[in-house]
Parts: sequence; C-alpha cells; structure tokens
Amino acid sequence: MTKIELTVDGSKVSDDVEPRMLLVQFLREKLGKTGTLIGCDTSNCGACTVHLDGHAVKSCNMLAVQADGSEVTTIEGLADTYDGGELHPMQAAFHECHALQCGFCTPGMIMRSVDLLGENPDPSEQEIREGLEGNLCRCTGYHNIVRAVQTAAAAGKGAQA
Amino acid sequence: MTVTDDRPAAEIGKDRRRKEDRRLITGSSRYTDNIVLPGMLHLAMVRSPFAHAKITAIDTSEAKQASNVVAVYTAADLDESAGVLINAWPITPDQKAPVHAPLPADRVSFAGEIVAVVVARSAAAARDAAEMVDVDYDELPAALDLKDAVADKVLAHPDLGTNKSALWIFDSKEAGTGGDVEEAISAARSDGVVIEREFRQNRLIPAFMEPRSVVVDPTGEQLTMWSATQVPHIVRFALAATTGVPESKIRVIAPDVGGGFGGKLQVTPEEWLAWWIARQLHKPVKFTETRSESMMAAHHGRDQWQKLTLAATKEGKVTGLKVELTADLGSYVAIVGGGVPVLGAFMYNAIYKIPAYHFACQTVLTNKTWTDAYRGAGRPEATFAIERLMSDLADELGMDPFELREKNWIKHEEFPFTTVAGLEYDSGNYEAATASAKEFFGYDELRAEQARRRDSRDPVQLGIGISTFTEMCGLAPSRVLGSLDYGAGGWEHASVRMLATGKVEVVTGTSAHGQGHETAFSQIIADRLGVPFEDVEVLHGDTQVSVKGLDTYGSRSLVVGGEALVRAADKVVEKAKPVAAHLLEASVDDIEFSAGRFGVKGTDAGLSIQEVAGAVFSAHNLPDGMEPSIDAEATFDPINFNYPHGTHLCAVEVDTETGQIKMRKYTCVDDVGNIINPLIVEGQVHGGLAQGIAQALFEDAVFDERGTLVSGSFVDYLVPSAADLISFDAHHASTPATTNTLGTKGVGEAGTIASTPAVVNAVLDAVRQFGVKDIVMPCSPARVYAAIAAGRAVDTGSASEGADQ
Repeated sequence: MTKIELTVDGSKVSDDVEPRMLLVQFLREKLGKTGTLIGCDTSNCGACTVHLDGHAVKSCNMLAVQADGSEVTTIEGLADTYDGGELHPMQAAFHECHALQCGFCTPGMIMRSVDLLGENPDPSEQEIREGLEGNLCRCTGYHNIVRAVQTAAAAGKGAQA
Repeated sequence: MTVTDDRPAAEIGKDRRRKEDRRLITGSSRYTDNIVLPGMLHLAMVRSPFAHAKITAIDTSEAKQASNVVAVYTAADLDESAGVLINAWPITPDQKAPVHAPLPADRVSFAGEIVAVVVARSAAAARDAAEMVDVDYDELPAALDLKDAVADKVLAHPDLGTNKSALWIFDSKEAGTGGDVEEAISAARSDGVVIEREFRQNRLIPAFMEPRSVVVDPTGEQLTMWSATQVPHIVRFALAATTGVPESKIRVIAPDVGGGFGGKLQVTPEEWLAWWIARQLHKPVKFTETRSESMMAAHHGRDQWQKLTLAATKEGKVTGLKVELTADLGSYVAIVGGGVPVLGAFMYNAIYKIPAYHFACQTVLTNKTWTDAYRGAGRPEATFAIERLMSDLADELGMDPFELREKNWIKHEEFPFTTVAGLEYDSGNYEAATASAKEFFGYDELRAEQARRRDSRDPVQLGIGISTFTEMCGLAPSRVLGSLDYGAGGWEHASVRMLATGKVEVVTGTSAHGQGHETAFSQIIADRLGVPFEDVEVLHGDTQVSVKGLDTYGSRSLVVGGEALVRAADKVVEKAKPVAAHLLEASVDDIEFSAGRFGVKGTDAGLSIQEVAGAVFSAHNLPDGMEPSIDAEATFDPINFNYPHGTHLCAVEVDTETGQIKMRKYTCVDDVGNIINPLIVEGQVHGGLAQGIAQALFEDAVFDERGTLVSGSFVDYLVPSAADLISFDAHHASTPATTNTLGTKGVGEAGTIASTPAVVNAVLDAVRQFGVKDIVMPCSPARVYAAIAAGRAVDTGSASEGADQ
C-alpha cells in the first residue's frame, strides 16, 4: 500500500492505495466519484476522462499513485450543480444541443471538450473532431457533440468580448 | 385559435431539451456498476480461450485458497435452480438449438464462454484468483467459416448431428401474395435482365458504451436484480421461467443504461450466474464485464451471406426477387437470434411493387460468439440487398437510378398497399421524400462534378449513393408474432397516476436507455392532459414500478408504448368527467375537456384537471358509488407494424491511388410521420447513420482460423470517432401513420437501416468505371484499392486468375 494525498474536486483527500490501482478505480471505488465512468480497458474510449492539474487525462491510463500531489477535477467538480446550481458552459451546451443520449460517454466527452477549448478557444469543426478523437460515443454520431463544442466556444468568445 | 384562447402552446412538435440530461451531464448518473451494497461480493469469469474444446479438468483449489476469495464455481456445482438461457423464437418447429446452460458441462463452444466463476470480496481479488483457476482443454475442430459450417464440414455441436438450425421459407405463390419467382426469373433470362449477386453482411459488435453489468441482492423478501439491460421485464419473466423463483418474488431494475442498440436485448449467462450465486451465498453480488469480455461474449449482429436473384424487364420493371440467406447464429440460439433474419424476410421487397418473391433462410450454428438483434435486426441486411440490387440494375440497364426506383416504387396515392410479402403499408410518400432529398443534397450539381472528375481522369473520383428505404418497426402485433412462433406478444402497457398535488406520474412498460422517453412521453402527456411539461414524471425500467411491459427494441417505444400512454391518458379524462360534472353541478354530457380544463358547455364554469385530481384525492364529494380514483392504465396491442421510410443520399470521394474514402456529404429526408420532439428524432437519425456508415466503412468482427476474436478491443474494432464522420444533413418529410393516434412512426433504427447501402452504393458509383461490381464490407482503403486494381487489370486484359473476385 502506498499513501497518496491529492485534491479531488476541491477537497483534499488522502488514502492508502495498492500501487496497481488505477486513478479511475481510486475515484470510483475509494471516493465514490461514480460520475466518472469506465468504458474500455485499452484507453480508447475516454469515458473516464478527468482533469489532472487542469488538463484532460484518461484516468484509466494512469495509476492513482501517479496522481499524488495533483489536483484532479471530475465531472462532479466541474461546476457546483447540486440543488439546481448553474451548469458549466460546456455542460449547458451539451444539454442545449442534445449532445448526449445514453450519457455514458458524456462526462468524459465534456471534460475533454473543456480542455479542448482551453487549448484552442476558437476551433474549426475539423479541429473539434480531431480534438475529440480519443473519446468514443456510440449514440449521437458526434453531430450534436460538435455543435455543443461550437456553441460553448461561441459563448466563451461572447463572455470575453 | 383566437386571442382569448389560453391554451398552452402545443408540446408535441416542440424541440424540448431533455429531462434526462441534467443527471447525466453532472455525473449524478446511476449506472449498474455504480451500485454498492453492504457486504457485496464481486464476480470474475474464467473464460475459454478456445472456440471449441472438451473440458477435461478444472482445478479450482489454488483460487479457492486465495486471500479474500469466497467461492469458486464450475458447472459441476450448478443445479437446476441455475436455470438456462432461453431462445424465445424457435422459427421452425424442428429448429435445432443446443441447450444453453450458464456454464457448459464439459465442452466449450466459443472462445469467451464462461467455464468457472470466482467470487471474492473485491473485483480485483476475484480477477486475481480467476488467473489461478487451472482448466485443461482438449481442443476440438471448430466450425468457423459460415459456408463450411452450413456444409457440416465440422460440427459446432457434434451431438446435434448438423450445424443447420432452421430453414425458414416464404414464397409469394404459396402465400397467395404474388406470383412464382422461378417463372419470373426464367422469363427474364430469355427476354429481360437478371441480376445475380452474393453479398456478405459483415459481423458487427453492438459496442454500447456501457459494458454490461449486473448486481443481485438476495436479501429481503423479493430478490432484486439490477442489470444494464434493455429488457427488465423479459429478464424477470425468463428468470422465473427457468430458475424456479416465482415471478412475484423477482424485481428487475434497469437503472441508467448506457446504450443497447439491441445488444442488451438478451438474457445472459452473466446475469444467470450472478442470480444463482447471490442465492447460494445469501449476499449481494456484482459482475461488471471488461470491454474485451463484452466484445467476446455479448452477442454480435449481422453475419450473413445473401444470395440474390433479381428479375426485371429490359425497361426496368422488376418482375421477381429471390433471396437465399445463410445466417450465422454463433454457438447458441440467442433469445431472438434465429428470428433476426426473419424480421428481414418481409422487407426485401422494400418500397417496390415486386410481383413475385421467394425468401429462404438457413440459420447455422458455428463456434463463434452468438448473434442476435443489432440496430435494425434483419432489416438493414434486407435494405442493403435490395438497394444495392436496384442500383446495380440501373447500371446494367444504363438507367438513372432514381428513374428505375420510381418506376417500381409504390406511388403515394396507392396507400394503403399490400406488399408481395403480405404486409399492409399504411402510409408513405416516396416521391416527396426523394424530391426533397435531391434538393437538399444538391444532386444535380454533384452529378455535374462527378462528370467533370471522370472526364478529367481526376485521381479522386466522386461517387453518389442512393438508398430509398423503408422498414417495418413498432414490434409488434401479437397475432403476427404468434403466427411466426414467437414466444411472447408485442403489446405495451402504460399507466397514468394523477397525484394529489396536481403532478402526474406516468409509468411506461418500455425501458429507455438513451432514447429520451422521459422527455418525449412528458410532452405527449402534457398535451393530452393539458398539464405543464415540468409536472409530468415518467417512470420506467423497474418491474416493481412498471409492473407490466415488454421493454424497448424494434423502434417500438413511441409507436406502441406511446399509444398505450395516449389511451391511458384518455381514460383519465373519461374517468374525471363525471367528477367534474358532479362538482360543477352539470350533466356529464355537457362537460367538455380542453387544454387541461373541464368546462360546462355554454358557460364559463370549469375546473382544471388538477382541481379534479385534488377532489378525487380527498374524496369528500364524489358522485355516489364512484371509486375515488381517476388513475388509469392501458395495454395497447398494435394491429400492424409501422413503416417509416426515407431517401438517403451519400457523396464520397474515392482516392483511386490509395483507396481512401472521404465522405463529402450525407443528406437524408426521413418520413417518420408526426414528430413529438424534433431534437430527439434528429439525434436518433444521427446516431443511426453513424452505425450504418460504420458497417459500410469501418466495423468488422474478425475471427482467426482458430476462432479467436481478433477485433476484440476498441484498438482493433473500429467504432468511428468524431474524426471519422462528418456533420449530417438530416431533414424530415411527414405522412402520418394511420395506425396510431399520434400518427407517429419509429425512428430508432431508420438511420442504420438506410445508410449502409447509401454509402456502399456511393463507393461503387465512384469506381464502377474501373469494372468494380462489388466491394466486401467494410470498404477499407485496402479493399477499395484492390478492387480498383483488379478491375483495371480486367479492363486492360492483364488480369491474373481471380483478379475479378
């Protein structure tokens, strides 16, 4: 067992974990952060995407011990949405554009999309499509996911103006 | 509508944002794997690496002694109460089907079959110990190739004596629905055109994003199973029917379910083992599969050979169609596995007036993963076949592919139309959808560009593909299912509960897993009862709440389940009328219900439905003898299937020097009748398109020569990413269905059914000029390149043997 300390969704946590425990397992099993989901075992699907120190990572693709000392944000910490609190602009855009159906890819897709706009606030459609290549969705055909990212990008520009 | 009309704006037809979204976009979802119960144990499966092998010994002693392991089970431990996996649709009385036990006794029949189960205090401990289970196998020859299997070269289940499971035949002459196809073909051979083709329907993996997961809680009076399933009611029935637990003691819950596409329309060994083990140990258990397990062991779809003969006159009038199918069942006959090709049997004639039709399907057992419904289930295969044939016939005759289709399709004034397959299409307008699609697509401009590229011998050629599809959905009229030997009915159930506070609870027997029922059904009830959209709560997916139902598949939820809902709502209004009359001191005959208000004809007096609900709750002042309830339920059995249709057009650029395909434009005009929520309909179309396009270009479940699934992960099985697809140009036309009150048609499968032939027709349209007649799906760059090279070689007379294959 290895002791780790990190910040998850704004709260400091510490725990003893098996060295082989994946970050996603730590989040789900130890912290109950079940908003982050597991869709594959080859790091292809991206359902488990979270932010590590501000950037999107696939939490199935790193060990919990590697996150020691880091700041992790999951879909549950993206915005204070409990009790009807306001959604993050990307969450709002996914809702507005009907960018989800079954919702299983959605937390990872949203976390990746937020990071995508962080890297490139004004992406072209092709840049969005390539930027989301590591996150699979089986329901939407991506059409409305692309619209959502465009909508969030436009809203972001509006906010800066 | 006058200015004084205070009717709320109609909810039906509004692009309401979904009620489901908030929990899903904030991570407050409740998927099965999220469930944790006190004392819960975890299962890990030991699976066969061999496609076909005798199990000679299983040594579980090391695993049993491992830390935190509670038990290890093999087939020897199972008793009758473990049940069996059922096939609910024996398509012929003499269908051959192996018994499907949750664990096979002494022989595995596909790679991935479970041979032992480890139960431990954590999922990790269970998996560690699964590695310690030592299984000895004697590998047996495996029946893998479908054509070899139908010839019984190697037997998938030696004790059955054959791989042939069932031969199902429909013949229009025998059925009295049309002529003799052999006569039509021989007439066309002497004075007409005969198109003969053999198409391969590649094996697909549903690849829902949420891996299957099951939790069983045996504590308390009722045993509860949570499962990532499309069919909680069917699972409950099948558990009761096969495991000896009374149905009334079983509660099955499908919580948030992460996609299904037919892939979760199943009763599975994993569910049955979890059920049995929880009862053995009197502890809650959980099993969540890995993606690799899902790809190996959850059922696959398609996998057919289609031998097709189309007869036509020289003028392009189709005179007959003969279909000879071979369908791969895999190693077991899944719940409706044998019936999938039969669902296609009625659709090969599609939108066309074909005077003679013969369909024969041989289902075949092999040593591969079982197959069953995958989005479209039988109808994509049929649509692919006929739409390919129509384009090939047009090419053969040198006719415009639209002109040929129009010459043969049912005209809009000819509905209702009884087809050669014996179905009555209630409505449609193929002319309107096609005209609209051509305009949105820019058909003439793209044809002009295609001609320019051809003339200039551009290395990048343009192809235009057409698919004017229809399908039968809204499963299904119970009598028809009975006549096809299906083991259940096709009705659906709904109930409407008027709560004391004026809110409305709606319970549906359908079981959504991404479709948006909570939103669309709220819209229906809001309009029907004149209550605010926000005040409607739609409940589903829990057999203790939704006490009756047949779940979600076959694009049935709206057209069957929605109709049940309408009828239940209308009963609420009828039950409320005498109460309103009583309270308003009027005659029932003078009560009118409109926009949520019971009014008295010719007066201003009235009561809202919420006020009536409140009065019924208190029950202080009801008509004499009246039951204090205006709640109502309805069970609806459709009298016919439902027939959405549409015209799909696809333009692709094919790089003739590399075989690379780039999709330029995809336009579709779908006629799904009246639309409840255009946003949800569009989403269904988009997702359907992606899956149909994926069959055409990307996806293929490939087994090696020993029967190992080599495309067993997302690394190798190419579920398209955002970068592989384009934005779609999706539109609607509408001829309302006449077989349900709202005039709706199913939309869940339409995009998938329509798109595969549109894409392949586009690819072929680009490369026919090089002598290419067919490219096996998925049309990978390597296959496209090889087809062009082979075609060119034939053209230049330098063909080596087999180059035209």
